[in-house]
Amino acid sequence: MSKLRWYFVCITTVLLSVFTLPVMAQNADAPIQQLLQNHREIIAKSSRKTIAPAIDALAASGLAQAQTVLTRWQAKEMWRNKETGLFVYGEKAGKELAAFDFADGADLGTFLARDFKQLKPNSGIRGMIGAALVQFQLSGSFTDKMQALDAIERDAEASHLAALTKVLADETDAAVRQRMERLQGLLTIRFGETEEDRIVAIQSFEGDLGVDVRAALNPLLVVTVEAATAPPEGEDIARILTVGSEDLPREAAYDHLVAAGLATPRISRDDKRNALLANISDGSVAGVEVATLDSEAARDLAYAALADQGLVDRVATDSEVDATLAGFTFYERYTGSPAVAVAAAAVLSGIENKVAINQAFDLGLDALSLASIYFLAAIGLAITFGVMRVINMAHGEFIMMGAYTGYVVQQIITDYTLSIIVALPLAFVVTFGAGVAMERLVIRHLYHRPLETLLATFGISIALQQIAKNIFGTQARPLTSPGWLDGSLVFNDIVSISYIRIAIFVMALMFLALFLFVMNRTRLGLEVRAVTQNPRMAASMGINPDKINMLTFGFGSGIAGIAGVAIGLYAKVTSEMGADYIVQSFMTVVVGGVGSIWGTLLGATVVGSLQKAIEWLNPSNTLAAQTYMILFIILFIQFRPRGIIALKGRAAEA
Amino acid sequence: MAELTAGPARRRPLVVRYPSVLIFLTCLGLFTLGATILSEGFGIGVISTSFVKTLGKTLCLCLVALGMDLVWGYCGILSLGHMAFFGLGGYAIGMWLMYERTRLIVVDSLAAGGLPATPEEISSGIAAQIFGVVGASEFPPVWAVAHSLPLQLAAVVLAPGLLALVFGWLAFRSRVTGVYLSILTQAMTLALSLYLFQNDSGLRGNNGLSGLQNLPGLENTSQAIVSIWFLWGSALALGLGYVLAAWMVSGKFGSVLRGIRDDEARVRFLGYPVEAFKLFVFTVSAVLAGIAGAIYYPQAGIINPAELAPIASIYLAVWVAIGGRGRLYGAVIGAAFVSLLSSWFTGGQAPDLNILEYRIQWVDWWTVLLGLSFVAVTLFAPKGIGGLFDLLAARRNPNRHGQDLGPDHGSLREKEADA
Repeated sequence: MSKLRWYFVCITTVLLSVFTLPVMAQNADAPIQQLLQNHREIIAKSSRKTIAPAIDALAASGLAQAQTVLTRWQAKEMWRNKETGLFVYGEKAGKELAAFDFADGADLGTFLARDFKQLKPNSGIRGMIGAALVQFQLSGSFTDKMQALDAIERDAEASHLAALTKVLADETDAAVRQRMERLQGLLTIRFGETEEDRIVAIQSFEGDLGVDVRAALNPLLVVTVEAATAPPEGEDIARILTVGSEDLPREAAYDHLVAAGLATPRISRDDKRNALLANISDGSVAGVEVATLDSEAARDLAYAALADQGLVDRVATDSEVDATLAGFTFYERYTGSPAVAVAAAAVLSGIENKVAINQAFDLGLDALSLASIYFLAAIGLAITFGVMRVINMAHGEFIMMGAYTGYVVQQIITDYTLSIIVALPLAFVVTFGAGVAMERLVIRHLYHRPLETLLATFGISIALQQIAKNIFGTQARPLTSPGWLDGSLVFNDIVSISYIRIAIFVMALMFLALFLFVMNRTRLGLEVRAVTQNPRMAASMGINPDKINMLTFGFGSGIAGIAGVAIGLYAKVTSEMGADYIVQSFMTVVVGGVGSIWGTLLGATVVGSLQKAIEWLNPSNTLAAQTYMILFIILFIQFRPRGIIALKGRAAEA
Repeated sequence: MAELTAGPARRRPLVVRYPSVLIFLTCLGLFTLGATILSEGFGIGVISTSFVKTLGKTLCLCLVALGMDLVWGYCGILSLGHMAFFGLGGYAIGMWLMYERTRLIVVDSLAAGGLPATPEEISSGIAAQIFGVVGASEFPPVWAVAHSLPLQLAAVVLAPGLLALVFGWLAFRSRVTGVYLSILTQAMTLALSLYLFQNDSGLRGNNGLSGLQNLPGLENTSQAIVSIWFLWGSALALGLGYVLAAWMVSGKFGSVLRGIRDDEARVRFLGYPVEAFKLFVFTVSAVLAGIAGAIYYPQAGIINPAELAPIASIYLAVWVAIGGRGRLYGAVIGAAFVSLLSSWFTGGQAPDLNILEYRIQWVDWWTVLLGLSFVAVTLFAPKGIGGLFDLLAARRNPNRHGQDLGPDHGSLREKEADA
């Protein structure tokens, strides 16, 4: 018991001695402490309006500890001893405060928090401190610099400009310096002191494609709509508006005048009706029978009568609105400095022209990739329809089968690269088999009845589609591309193309080469061409037309299967994906010209570019794009019924 | 030869030359009468109102199949876009039905407001009701005559007719034939349905027009009664359409049509304006399709752009092929048989079938069966169900000793004719 008491006494003594110990170790004469003491009133007052000199003094002091002070202060970790008035930093734990000296970071010991006053800068002050800190960060390590620049890009302030200008001269790293200069330019556009500075900065960005430049320039062009009786003059007039145009509808113009107090308000149909309803007495309104109020003109008269009696406010009628509008000129005035706005407008229009050129280039890339997808989808069709004159409506379903083959392979082989390598030949084999089976069982019997072939293959198409739906369900299945195909090839902020599209493009070229090689350089190709031109003659030369037809059809179907894997990588795999491509594929073949692989290539290019071009004209509406494209193709066939590349002579009759 | 020299003056009446017309009309009449007697509205209530509607709709489908048979079976134009005309007819009548019904509702609600309604109020009220769903509140130009029943009825004929006329003129004058034409017509209906799917097409985008089964001003008449009226209307339209089609294909005109089907070039060299013939038949058949659609959709109650999708038109071709093309009753039988069978299978009424371990549910597998049986019909029974009548009548094709029946590859070959 006595032992316990002894402990208690000891602990109490130690604690007391610690808490009552004066701030002995703190160096009150350190330059940083002196600086703080010089501004102690405004620091303690902690008002945004008066604090600036203290922060500026810290930032300009050149003291190594200034950054610590600012950081701690911003984080609400600066405390002031109520007794001595000295500043420390520390963290509060419970009722205690572990204090440290600003001068050398020395641990001053633990104190009772109530003896210190915490400095709590408000958000405005914290922002100012943050801006001052940027300067320190900008001269810190590489990571600090990058973080600081990121922060400035995100949320720029006027004070950043001075900080940047200050450190820019000493920056040695070329990349960092370039980034700083660019940022300095952007900040000058917004916060530059003189108009000349800003205009020079604006002009330095001539032709720059960066989104940040446009973001900095656009706010300079903000305008307000104004109205005056006389035509306006002055360089700050952006443009004169026409009433009733898209930019200034009639109602908006009049509402503007009403808001400016220059015209009598109009009244909406509903308000007029309610006003009349409120003033019905004895079955009439202002002496007009209610039953006769069945047209707007009659209601206008009744309302005018009410206004004459002083029961409602006068309103403008339509003719008065027109008369008032005719007396005013509407124009847009720049809200900011006109000289800057004019310079910005000039640079911006230059930039926009360049953007348009780049967008056209990007669109060209998009069109090319769409064209290669159509080419892939159509090349198998070009073989069966173009070479054999057999129309295969189930072609789209072969594409689908290929894509589902890829999906199934991915379920078994989880490595995406390997699974694609396996899936491509497997898809060829599967659809080759399906094609050969279809040719043997159905198409062989219908060679001279093209319309029946169309219908029979269509029957197969709906059956295959439904079978796929029954097996795989209606939801879309993913066919994941290997990791090395992720991402895009980026040229600049506007022009980019994803690697997967490049891969599809390369694949399309490979198929073109393969097709040309098989048709022109192999025995099979020779026999196919012979059978196509004249089956009987070919047969008498020892070629088996049955076998050749079967192989050709299988070849075309197999290519559809590989195309299916490629398309599946780019779009989702569904049981209806074939149907989505079949019409476009036929269009491609028909536009290009039946029986010519170059025609198919051209057809795919025309159809793909056309679709992209129409989408560009009306970007919100891909449905309309397809509609107009089909209309175009129907018209195109008027002028070139046999496609772009038409076979001539005997071959055309085959 | 005797017929040609005899001249038109001594020609016997149509029904006598073609007894099938009379038989068909009798069957149609008996069927309609029977359905009426069994119905809830006028008869003993054995068959439900919804089934009466199904029967009425089936008759409309038979009518559009008739039009399809005219162009395909007789003229050799395989149109894969005929349901576009059908849908246009439906849209044309649907616009008036929807406008008028909404107008009555709007006028009622405005009348309760204390002041007599002004035309502007009514118009904006209707527009807000109809187009609120696509975020618009003004009438698009295409609704300019929706307030007038006669004008919209004219549109039922004119819209499909003009589309067919323009499209056909463009296609036929550039000598687009065979499978090219089929693909082109398919593209046409695809384009139209994609266009209608847009919200700013002015026809309520993918919402389509709805509530068409409620006839304006007949709110108090029960659907059981209305369904019978529509059944009779459908039967009348089908009967008249059948007689018109039979008359068209019976005389010299019909012979030229069949000539075009079998060898277009030869008919052209004989001095006939082939394009004009084709255009005329194409337009007439589109108008028939439009009328069929205008009677069909008030019974269906709703029309949306999906009805114009290419697949619908292809099913139409399937019906005609299964029924037997090149004979009018074949098209009617095919459309009725396949569409009724289809709704029986997809309606979940057909019993499931167990094959080994797998349970075949017809809702999922009916399309597969249809597709494959269609292939089978094309391969083994090109004459379709209509071919059965040939067996009954012991009719055979002439024996040409292995030569083509027609000079063109598109025509039947001897091998098939003997089969």
